Formats: sequence, structure tokens, C-alpha cells
Amino acid sequence: MLSTKILLKRCAMAAIVVASTAFAAGGDASGPAPSFTLTTLAGQASGLSAYKGQVVMVNFWATWCGPCQQEMPLLDQMYKKYKPAGFTLIGVNVDKEAPPVKQLLERKPVSFPVLLDPANQVSKAYHVDEMPSSVIIDRKGQIRYIHRGYKPGDENDYQDRIRQLIRE
Amino acid sequence: MMQKHFFTRAAVIAALLLVRSTSADVLPDNRADVFYSKYSGGGMDITGYSATARAKITENFAVEANYFIDKVSGASIDVLSQASVIKDERKQKSGTIEYLRDKTTYTASYTSSVERDYISNTAAISLSQDMFGDLTTVTLGFANTQNKVGENNGTANDPNVAWLGHALTRAYSGGVSQIITKNFIAGVNLQVITDAGYLANPYRSIRYLVPVDVNPKGYALGNQVYPDTHTSTAVQVQGKYYLPYRAAVTALYRYYTDTWGVVGNTYELDYTHPIRNRWIFEGRVRYYKQSAATFYSDLFPFADSQNFTARDQNLAALDNTTIGAKVTYAFLPDGWRFFKRGTVTLDVSRIRFNYLDFRNIKDYGLPQYSPGSEPLYNFNANVFQAFVSMYF
Amino acid sequence: MRCAKLLLSGTVLGALLLSSGCSIQPWVKPYERDRLADPIMAWDRDAISNAYLDHIRESREGSRGATGGAGGGCGCN
Repeated sequence: MLSTKILLKRCAMAAIVVASTAFAAGGDASGPAPSFTLTTLAGQASGLSAYKGQVVMVNFWATWCGPCQQEMPLLDQMYKKYKPAGFTLIGVNVDKEAPPVKQLLERKPVSFPVLLDPANQVSKAYHVDEMPSSVIIDRKGQIRYIHRGYKPGDENDYQDRIRQLIRE
Repeated sequence: MMQKHFFTRAAVIAALLLVRSTSADVLPDNRADVFYSKYSGGGMDITGYSATARAKITENFAVEANYFIDKVSGASIDVLSQASVIKDERKQKSGTIEYLRDKTTYTASYTSSVERDYISNTAAISLSQDMFGDLTTVTLGFANTQNKVGENNGTANDPNVAWLGHALTRAYSGGVSQIITKNFIAGVNLQVITDAGYLANPYRSIRYLVPVDVNPKGYALGNQVYPDTHTSTAVQVQGKYYLPYRAAVTALYRYYTDTWGVVGNTYELDYTHPIRNRWIFEGRVRYYKQSAATFYSDLFPFADSQNFTARDQNLAALDNTTIGAKVTYAFLPDGWRFFKRGTVTLDVSRIRFNYLDFRNIKDYGLPQYSPGSEPLYNFNANVFQAFVSMYF
Repeated sequence: MRCAKLLLSGTVLGALLLSSGCSIQPWVKPYERDRLADPIMAWDRDAISNAYLDHIRESREGSRGATGGAGGGCGCN
């Protein structure tokens, strides 16, 4: 039988943890990255497991999200730069329909893999609470960092984290 | 037991170290518009030209500038006491700055409106805050306007303006916008406006009964006498719903009441229908009804019958119905060079004004109609707008 | 004594929630805002045109105020 005091303490701690993590914009996170399998625009199946052992950044984006469009070319540059060092970037698109995604990527292509999550299962599993969101996962498959939103200059932040994890 | 405490403590420490930096919403896209408008109705023709541009200086800071010029010609129904044709020009300039920090947008603006016989300057500030997972937006605003009111005692081409007084207007506003479902957003606005000073329209007159041997018309004209204060409260509720085949329907209701006894009800319904990335069609229907101000009368029994007297048609009991249609065509749907998008828009409205206690004394009178039995006034107005918008 | 403890825990929890900016989990997730982000769902798609219509109405009616709207959109960033 837990005393009210201990119950209160645990409730309070749980509240702080839940509240703070729910609204932190960019911070260290922890836990194993939920695995997923989605399809590319071409219809091929792919997922996190295909990149085991690499540093992975999962970027959640949408065609209707302005800041997402802004960071895409920079993410592309970053992908090309660090790919040889064992880094990969997976763009998880959350649009409900594929045609706008296809049109956008035809006009502004990217070289990193883009997977479609129209049912939002992966977004839910990763507790996406801001658009765009970038989740950085280390070589062991653990989530190390979540970045919410995008502002010019954030790509420096991404690069710092990626370099740190590549070195591990 | 030890392990549990360790994890709990670690979690708490980690949680406390997390910077609760609230990421921010975004400032709207850069945009430039060139605008033309034409209003014709009730004997008046008003042509307007405007240019607006807004740009982000940094991701958090944007500026907007607007220039508007209105050219009025014609004579409205109640301008009886002077040269019948009005020709005037109004020039309005405004500048706005917007600053976005975390989930708050701060706005400050200054607007200056100048015409021969009326000068108005407004300074406004507002604050907009996103909360509850960006589902709720709370807005607060304050605006202060200084007005200088005059009367042109000359003619359109040879003016002679006498300045009659000043008026000070303060507007306090608050609003809450709430996302209800992924298809539905609703909002409520409240605005309280107070004015003090010279509040009447100097070109409008009252009329009161006089014997026919004093004036063959059976009435004489007199000056309006307005209270020197006025406070109004308006509440608007609105909702927008996304229809599954990609269209939007908007409904709004506004209730207005003021210390002059005017009660106004506005009902509006809009339907927006896009076609892919190129076209947006919009239709609107609006119905407005108001009760007259307590000191308003179309015909007073004799001179100085009340402390306050007005015969300004804006204060009469009236209703109006508007039907409008708007078409937007994207001639550059995906941009060109540094332009992200270019559109051209045409908007037409037809408004039917019906006065319930304001009579047409310009076209009707004795001997056919005795004062107070002239037909009630009504007229149709057409409003046309055309503008080109470039997003960059 | 029990009532007091419950009241205390309730107050502390409430204060924590408020201090953390009220962690009511949004029922419309950020990745579900595609429709709200559609330009047709904006309150004021063409602010200058709406301002002009408001100006016309205010010049001919006895009412003024409370027009316009804010919020909605993609809620990005």
C-alpha cells in the first residue's frame, strides 16, 4: 500500500516528464526507435531495418507544410555530405494522398529515400507533435534527439548531432 | 526498488534539463498586390486603387506597406444643402510590422487617411498567441484613432474647408479561434469601440415640419445634433468547415449594439470551391438588419424637438442583402523565377439597401407626397474588385 | 486529512500542468492538419479585399467591428 506522499511524488514526476517532453522543441530523447515498414512512391517496401548500423535521421514532412519545404534542399545537401560516413536520411511523408507528393518531388527532387505514411501509423508511433519533426537515431537503433519545427539555421544543429553520433 | 527510483530520478532530472522552448508558428508568405475597386450605387461612384506589399525581413520579422486612393464622385441621396456633385479624393497610407517569437505574434501598425475635409490617423497594436498544441489562437488588440472633421463650404472644384472638431476613437478587441476537428475551425471575436468628440456627418441634415407658407416643401432643414460620446459592442461567431470533396463553407453571425440604440444583426454564408491548383470560386450571401438610433427620425415634428437629432441614413432602421461571387485564377500556379505563385482575382457583389424609416425626399415631395409619406428609400449598389497577387 | 492530501496533490498537479503550458494533448495532431492548412480554409485569404468590403459596409451601416479571424493553418514550427 503506497502512502499518499509517495503516490503524490510519482504523480508529480510523471506530470513533469509528460508535460516537459510533450512540449520540448529540440532535445535529447531516449528509447528504442520504433521499427516501421512503409512504401516508396514507386511502391517498393522499405523501413528502418534496412539501415541498421547507420546513423538515421527520420524527417516527418508534408506538401502542405511551409517550413518542411524550406528545409528539404538543406536536408538533401546534408544527406549527400554524410552518406559516405554511414548516415542516412529517411523522409516520411504524412500526406493523405500520393499525387501531390509525386508532383512536388518531380519539381523539386531529393536524393534521400521518401516513404509514405498516409495512415499516420509511424507518425503516431514516433509521437510526432510538431511539423516538421526530425528524429535522430544512433547506430544501435536508439532515439537520441528530436528536433521540432524548422527555422533557418537549424540545419547546423542537425549537423552537429549527426557528426557526434557518427563519431560514436 | 533502487532501479525504479534511479530511473524516476534520472527522468525527472532529464525532464528538468529539457528547455521548454516553444517552437513558433510561421509568418505568412511574402506577397504583393495591385488592386482596383469600383463602387456604384445610390448616386455615388467610388473608384479605388491600391498597392500592398509584405515581406519577411528575417524569419521572425515582417513588414507590410499599403497605399490606397479612393476617388468619389456623385451625390448621395441626403446631400441636399449644397452643390449637388461631390468630387473628392481620399488617400490612405499604412505601415505594419510583425514580430514572431515562440508562439506569439506581435503586430504594430500606423494608418493615415487624408481627404480634403477629413483626416484620420490610427495607431494599432495586437498580440496573437497559439496555445494548446496550436489548436487555439487567442488575439488581443487595441487601436487609437484621432479624427479631424471638417466641412467643405465651397464647391468640388473650388473648395473652402472649415474644420469643425476632433474625435477620438478607441477600439479594444479580443478573439479566440479554435480548431474543433481536422475539418472544422470556429472562432469568436469581441470588439468594444468608444468615440468621443465631433461624431456627426456635417453634410447631413435633419428635417422638421413647417407650415407650407414657411417652406413650400412642408419641411425645413436643420443641423444634426449628436451626442459627443458613443460606445459600441460587437460580437461575432464564425465557423469554417471543410467538405470532403475539397471545398469550404463558412457561416458567421455578428451581433452589434451601442449606446445610441442601434442594434444590428449580420448573417453571412460563404462557399469556396477550388479546382485543383488553378481556380478558386467563391460565393457569398449576406443579410444585415439594424434598428434605428434613438435620436434618429426621418421627420421631426418641429425644430429642437429633442436634445439629440439625426437624419443620417446610417442610423436609420434598414436592412440590406448582398450576393457576391469571387473568382481567383492562378496564372502562375507553381511560380516563375523567384515568384512562388501569381493569381488574378475578380470579385463582384450586388447589395440591395432597404430603408425602413428613411424616405426619398430628393425625388418625391409635395404636392403628391406630404412630408412623412414619401416613399421609403432603397437602392442597389454594385461593388467590383479586381486584383493581381504575386507571392514570392 | 485524506481530503487535504487529495486537494494538495490536485493543486500541485494543476500547477505543474499550468506551468508546463497545459499539456492537454492536442486531439488534432500536427500531421492531421492538411485540410486546415489548405488556403481555402483561411479566414482571410485576401485580407485587402476583405478590408475593402468591411470599409464599404461600415460606411453605410450603423454597425462596426468584430470582423476578421485568426488561427488555423498548418500550425507548423
